[in-house]
Amino acid sequence: MVEAVLPAGWLDNSYRSVCPVWLDRCVTLCVWGVAAAVTAVFVCIVGDLVWHGIGQVSWSFIVDLPRDAGRAGGIGPMIVSTGLILTVCLAVSVPVGLGTAVLLAEFSSDHRLFGVLVRRSLDVLAGVPSIVFGLFGSAFFCVYLRMGYSILAGGLTLACMVLPILIRSVEAGIRSVPEEYRLGAAALGLTRGRAVWHLLLPAASPGVIVGLVLGIGRAIAETAALIFTSGYVTRMPESLLDSGRSLSIHIYDLSMNVAGGDANAYATALVLMVCLLVINWVASVVADGCLCRRLIRV
Amino acid sequence: MLIWGLRACAAVAGSVVLLIVLFLVTESLPVLGHMGWSRFLTDASWHPAGDAAEGTFNLTPIVVGTLATTAGSVMIVVPLGLISAVFCCYYAPPVLARCYRRLIELLAGIPSVVYGFWGLVVLVPLVRRFEPPGPSLLAGVLILTVMILPTIALTAEAAMMNVPRAYLHGAAALGLSKRATLWGVVIPAAKSGVLTGVILGIGRAIGETMAILMVCGNIVQVPTSVFDPVRTLTANIALEMAYAMGDHRSALFVSGLVLMGLIMVLVIVAETISKRESHG
Amino acid sequence: MNKVAIEDQVLTGVVEQYTDAPAPKVMVTASDVKPIDHSVQPAITTHSLGLMYGGKPAFEDVSLSIRHGSITAIVGPSGCGKTSFLMCMNRLTDLIPGCRVSGRVCIDQADVNSPATDVVTLRRRVGMIFQKPNPFPLSIRRNIELPLREYGVRGRQELGQIVQGVLEDVGLWDEVKDRLDTSALRLSGGQQQRLCIARALALKPRVVLFDEPCSALDPISSGVVEDLIAGLRGRYTVVIVTHNLAQAARLADWVGVFWVRGGSGRLIEFGTSRQVFKQPSDPLTYEYVNGCRG
Repeated sequence: MVEAVLPAGWLDNSYRSVCPVWLDRCVTLCVWGVAAAVTAVFVCIVGDLVWHGIGQVSWSFIVDLPRDAGRAGGIGPMIVSTGLILTVCLAVSVPVGLGTAVLLAEFSSDHRLFGVLVRRSLDVLAGVPSIVFGLFGSAFFCVYLRMGYSILAGGLTLACMVLPILIRSVEAGIRSVPEEYRLGAAALGLTRGRAVWHLLLPAASPGVIVGLVLGIGRAIAETAALIFTSGYVTRMPESLLDSGRSLSIHIYDLSMNVAGGDANAYATALVLMVCLLVINWVASVVADGCLCRRLIRV
Repeated sequence: MLIWGLRACAAVAGSVVLLIVLFLVTESLPVLGHMGWSRFLTDASWHPAGDAAEGTFNLTPIVVGTLATTAGSVMIVVPLGLISAVFCCYYAPPVLARCYRRLIELLAGIPSVVYGFWGLVVLVPLVRRFEPPGPSLLAGVLILTVMILPTIALTAEAAMMNVPRAYLHGAAALGLSKRATLWGVVIPAAKSGVLTGVILGIGRAIGETMAILMVCGNIVQVPTSVFDPVRTLTANIALEMAYAMGDHRSALFVSGLVLMGLIMVLVIVAETISKRESHG
Repeated sequence: MNKVAIEDQVLTGVVEQYTDAPAPKVMVTASDVKPIDHSVQPAITTHSLGLMYGGKPAFEDVSLSIRHGSITAIVGPSGCGKTSFLMCMNRLTDLIPGCRVSGRVCIDQADVNSPATDVVTLRRRVGMIFQKPNPFPLSIRRNIELPLREYGVRGRQELGQIVQGVLEDVGLWDEVKDRLDTSALRLSGGQQQRLCIARALALKPRVVLFDEPCSALDPISSGVVEDLIAGLRGRYTVVIVTHNLAQAARLADWVGVFWVRGGSGRLIEFGTSRQVFKQPSDPLTYEYVNGCRG
């Protein structure tokens, strides 16, 4: 009989489970506690901004000129300046970024060393502190290229800053396009250039849009790089070579340098946050849409 | 034709870093040339003037300020970020996990100037109630903690999501509890990803300007307690760049160069770690 | 003598050891579940066990009983719920979202799915080895020590003895004794699988489940692991899922055959190795074991 060979102590319980229940409970409690605390901090920050800011925000606040160093009046010129800086930034960074991403994703096997160098330098660029961009912008664009404190200089500085974000997302988007598309295009006798333009970029458009939106988010939020490049002036900008104050610098100036500017700083911060939330929301919808489409494809 | 256009784009994108380094170096050469590195460490204090002969250029307390805020916040944020990631991956029900992840992403999207503003109007008065003056190392550490948390939590979460399911099944089949699985299997397996995230977080903490500038008090001194105001390298540049001339301006570029060097080292370390991971 | 006759003799030789044990009852329908007539209580019994993945049944209505210390092979074509069946034994099904177990599994007369069962203790008693070796990304030593520490074995010396003992048991000790602190991922596939077996044995389980343990290994490692499993006979109750009929014939005392019928897996045959391979009751089984189907 097989049963006879069973070792003695078959029913022994020498390894009693010592995972103490209380320890597991403590860990669980701790994890939920941290999550709750982080949520509380978030609610606290956003709630504070909304609570103090919502009363100030109105249509006239958004379009009016600031008065009394920003204590009263609106933020019209800052919104225009922010928009102009952003336009300059995107006008430069999007073509350069798209070109680089296409090169890295599609042609990097032809130029291995070059691709590696560019990629490495972009990795470093992504980590450079914004204040260093500010130093560089003021030395290169403002002084060396003689642009002075201007929206153009600020926008160009930001363009350098968002390049790595843009390139990374677009490259990921292009790489996620299935290989069959490329083979199909080649089988139809399309040149690589035409394949990229007509097939890959449209197919990679979710990645392009996500990159764009993330870049815009970073550019709108930026302060330190703009202080010494686009300047402080609160006038309505008349040309790209005028100095212009962005929304974020306005918040900084009101809270640090203007006594009694807190109320309008709250309102400006709220406007800035709403812009960012909308951008974030668009990014997540597009990213989800991209995921869904890929699922359907499979 | 097309390929040359693309190459030009890539060359422009790739040369930005070189340009930055080039300009930082040329702008800091004057002061480095006739003053050398040593005076940044040995001078009596930080009272820069337009001429190296008149001013004093001791950066030590400012470097200490940067290191103190960074170290303090990283020490707090690493456990918090890890626990956040664990919560998302293993404790929260799926719906809650998705909401929490969205929340962390939103935290990551809040501009630093808004963090700084919130710190100035909420955190600093809170610290003042414990121990005046309020703007302090502690306030800086706390605000930095909130700011880097998303970086570390999101990368740690991505690393944990990449832990193969086979490990989890194996651990479950051995009767390991959730805590033991996390501690013994998941965290070692996700180690390099988490480490990369921590390094990115350190980079962000070192480079952070606006929030620190607004809550730290900006007094040049080596802090003796967490309630002392401090000034960091980044805040120093932001404060003095507007009016700096001559050797003073040059000295600010030197501190920018130091920052840049630190970031490069961190990026290279992070890349080495993730490369070692991918090679098994 | 022709080849079939030799095989017949060999098989008879293996099976004859067990002929004095009462033949297990093959229960295919839920209606005729009866108390099992055994002089000794079986190690594992299932009663009309079934499993659904999000409303789609993986297998249904499986009733069998497995004896202490025996090796039971579950064979059948892929997709008939063999692995799912195995995962019901240690409730690994809990980890799969949207999966529902019906029916009953009892191990040592304790209902596995009852809310009173402590899953951690259950899984300590019921070890499992997976198709793909899954050592943790830790050192060899730590792979074995981690679960032991969890169960309160803390003494350095005791841990060392257990590690050496189980590694000797799986024949790995001589190969790795000089590099116990190197990563387990550097071992070859066969070594990794043996490490996983050692890791499971260190917990002194009663039942060891093998989910196609050799299918990801090269033939030589596969043979080593198979010999190792054969060596567990009598000391542990072994259930092994395999799609390799020759392996089942070499290893198993009892064989169960799963087949897809009506959209879900069912147990169409359960008996001693000899019964199943020589006188199967189901014509499908006959065709399957003779290589005409599956």
